[in-house]
Amino acid sequence: MTALRILLLIFLIICAVAVSFSKRLLVSIIIYMAFSLIMSILWMILESPDLAITEAAVGAGVTSILFFVMLKKIQSIQMDPDQEDES
Amino acid sequence: MSRPNPSYEGSRRQKFMQWLKGEYDPSEGKLETTEPDTSLFTDSEYHEIHLYLRNEYADNEEHFRRGVRKHLTRIQKLYRLMAVITAIFMTVLLLWAVSYEPSYGDPNAPENNEVATRYIEHGLAETGAINIVAGMILDYRAFDTFGESCVLFVALCCVLILLRVDADEEAGSHAREAMFDRHFEPKNDIILQRMCRVLVPAIVIFGIYVVLNGHLSPGGGFSGGAIIGTGLILYLTAFGFANTERFMTEKVARLFSVAALTFYCFAKSYSFYTGANHLPSVISTGTPGAILSAGLIVYLNICVGIVVACTMYSFYVLFRKGGY
Repeated sequence: MTALRILLLIFLIICAVAVSFSKRLLVSIIIYMAFSLIMSILWMILESPDLAITEAAVGAGVTSILFFVMLKKIQSIQMDPDQEDES
Repeated sequence: MSRPNPSYEGSRRQKFMQWLKGEYDPSEGKLETTEPDTSLFTDSEYHEIHLYLRNEYADNEEHFRRGVRKHLTRIQKLYRLMAVITAIFMTVLLLWAVSYEPSYGDPNAPENNEVATRYIEHGLAETGAINIVAGMILDYRAFDTFGESCVLFVALCCVLILLRVDADEEAGSHAREAMFDRHFEPKNDIILQRMCRVLVPAIVIFGIYVVLNGHLSPGGGFSGGAIIGTGLILYLTAFGFANTERFMTEKVARLFSVAALTFYCFAKSYSFYTGANHLPSVISTGTPGAILSAGLIVYLNICVGIVVACTMYSFYVLFRKGGY
């Protein structure tokens, strides 16, 4: 259990650093989603399932979706299939 | 009531209101202004002056741009340096603060005071909720939770003000938003729709379960409401607005939110009134473990769940289309 916890904490730090180093906003949001999911597993390990459910629903679900919609609003997501394959 | 005040005409207040509306300019006729004298130059001279000024302006602009670029690079370097310094400072500060925290499970930690002890020892008997967290947030500290629900409602109102596209704002605005929205929407994606047909009922039922079992198992109004809202958003993404607007419109969301908040307010007022005056309450705590136990907590959980679900769904719709 301790090994899993340390592994998750390392993932958490990697996610937090990777968000600030990713150039594309879409990638940042997906990393943020991963951060929230890892965080919700960590809440589960820390014996607070209330927080785990809320983190999974709000952090990984609703907030990320709102970020996606906002990116679409400012036309930051490229929907052209030719451009999608790049980078 | 509606008779105009005779001293209102020409008063400071009237002038102020006119100035506010832009009808009255206090500096009009008081500032010295001169019309350009046309008799001094001929047309060709004017042309020359114009050319000269334009060249001069272009030179200046080139100069200005170069200066701005230099300035900007300097500011960007400074900005990066300051960002790094701030980040390092905050990291050191936070780590320093964490090193003063009591260790995990320390019995002498400041949070292990008589309040926590009371919640754990008497929580079940006083609130009837097996989930002590639910008993805490919806019974001992119900006023906090009411404030949180109101904050969500106020946030929804702010998003409404910012993002709503009004009918009278601009003629083509609504149509343009809708067209722009259609451009990105998955157009009847068969994989998404089939998956949604399986997933959405499960998600919504799980959300309802989390809300209704808030006093028995982990979860509660906020988490359950968020789950239901996410399910609705998934349904909307798969099947489009035409399907969701059959049951979920702005009117419905507003009605449910306001009704839930009002019920919460009245229910909690009653419970505070009876509790503060040591009056017997008609709401019993029931047998712990039953679904209809724990007094008001079930109903308050349902209220919070409704408010949260409506808010999440409305956020998504407003961000996406700017109105229902």
